[in-house]
Amino acid sequence: MTVPRGEVFGFLGPNGAGKTTAVKLLLGLLAPTAGEAWVLGQRIGDLQTRRRIGYLPELFRYQGWLSAREVLVLHCELAPLPRSRWKEAIEGALDIVGLSDRADDRVATFSKGMQQRLGLGAALLGEPELVFLDEPTSALDPVGRHDVRQVIRDLSSRGAAVFLNSHLLSEVEQVCDRVAVVDQGRVIASGTMDQLLSGSAVRVRVTGLDAASRAKLAGFGPLDEEGDQLTFTALAPDRVPELVSQIVAMGGRVYEVAPRHQTLEDRFLQLLHEDR
Amino acid sequence: MPPVLVIARLTVQESSRRRLLLALVVLTLIVVGFSAWGFNKITTVTGRSGVTLPHDQVELISSQLLIVVTFMYSGVLALSAAVVAGPLISSEVESGLLLSILARPVRRSEVVIGKWLGLGALVAVYAGGSAFLEMAAVDWATGYVPPHPIELTLFVCAEGLALLSLGLLLSTRLSGITGGVIALVAWLMGWIGGVVGDIGTGLQNQAVENIGTVSRLILPTDGLWRGAVYAMEPDAVLASLRLAGTLGRANPFSAVDPPPTAFLAWVVVWFALMLALSIWSFRTREI
Repeated sequence: MTVPRGEVFGFLGPNGAGKTTAVKLLLGLLAPTAGEAWVLGQRIGDLQTRRRIGYLPELFRYQGWLSAREVLVLHCELAPLPRSRWKEAIEGALDIVGLSDRADDRVATFSKGMQQRLGLGAALLGEPELVFLDEPTSALDPVGRHDVRQVIRDLSSRGAAVFLNSHLLSEVEQVCDRVAVVDQGRVIASGTMDQLLSGSAVRVRVTGLDAASRAKLAGFGPLDEEGDQLTFTALAPDRVPELVSQIVAMGGRVYEVAPRHQTLEDRFLQLLHEDR
Repeated sequence: MPPVLVIARLTVQESSRRRLLLALVVLTLIVVGFSAWGFNKITTVTGRSGVTLPHDQVELISSQLLIVVTFMYSGVLALSAAVVAGPLISSEVESGLLLSILARPVRRSEVVIGKWLGLGALVAVYAGGSAFLEMAAVDWATGYVPPHPIELTLFVCAEGLALLSLGLLLSTRLSGITGGVIALVAWLMGWIGGVVGDIGTGLQNQAVENIGTVSRLILPTDGLWRGAVYAMEPDAVLASLRLAGTLGRANPFSAVDPPPTAFLAWVVVWFALMLALSIWSFRTREI
């Protein structure tokens, strides 16, 4: 698996699949038990390569007794950036993440979303060539999420690679050039959005089917059930008449049938269904 | 600034911002004030004849009282070092704070050494500052100055650094509360081990005496404390203790001889071992 420069790469998987572990391995924060990997042309664990990497952890906290500006100064020192660039880098990062007016407030007074913005600002310091974002929008409001998507696009347009871990599939769909789906520590699919989402899905709104009847629909592929709505996440449109007649034959009452292109969520659920 | 010094500065800055330093300074000033008043009272004590005690007697009482007061200071320093060092690394691993720092070009050894240096500097400043203030107060109140004030300060400081080193090592693997409690219990057991060793000396029982020796090798705080006590003993007290033979040595608040050079060399090795173990332990820990 390779992530080229300038690409926004989405890394998807259910809870416990190994996404954060993979990022920590690539950053050298964990030692691999087997296998090998390279980051920016160097084997993982190389200390100097980290000068060119930005990282926003999923579960993190910054020093609550420092101000936002002091946290960024600390990261400029540790990155390390030349002192002459600190002011510009810090003001730029604060501006991008919308914290300029809270720069001198203590981090302890920040909401989770504001801390996440600060974390993103720290990850952007020094124009890194590779940025790992682990669930970067989990605590953000819709405006914040929109801003983060724009930040990711800007990073990509200046040639940085972005490695995005996210549960928000619609978000991944909007910004990622390529994705990989990981489950139980293995990559079960990867490719561009077009390659992954070439199939179609069918949503049916139906009543009158008990669990046994629904189970008989397994022949139509992976099924995602949400109340009256059944979504066949990988079903070709030409099988729709056959599906409807079987539902009716089992006593079901069909109110709506909506064939559509697979969304990333459809594909994600299909892949996990096939993997288990 | 190298990462190790950035981490050290951050550790000092945190203690300052969290008002730990302020609390220690205020408490120390209160203790110094009270002890100055108390020591001054010794000079006003009168004997049966109604006259105040002669200077050598005031000096003798002051020297013994200063040992007790210094024991309190060494206790405060040891407790503070253990309580602060206990969560030094573990709390930052648990909160994810170290994730963003270690994703920078920073070695784990630099984090460990930086934190040791930062907290070590605070221990040294507190030991030096409080020793100076207390000795100045006693000098003002009674005219007594311990015979070896520099050595006294160094031994008390080293005791605090030993607890800091132990707390830091535990902090690389255990939660803050657990590490702090273990360090404190170890300090008390070390002191009790020394007392048991004294009893062995008094009873001239080699096996019991060895308990004290072994406990000082495992955790040298009691041995360092005896060094501090020796630095405070006036010659007259030392002479009378030596006259008492083995019984004169059987007392946790007395020391007839300075710590042997071999013990001091072991203390240096012990510090190096603690730091090396801390670095190894943290490097092999998953974060």
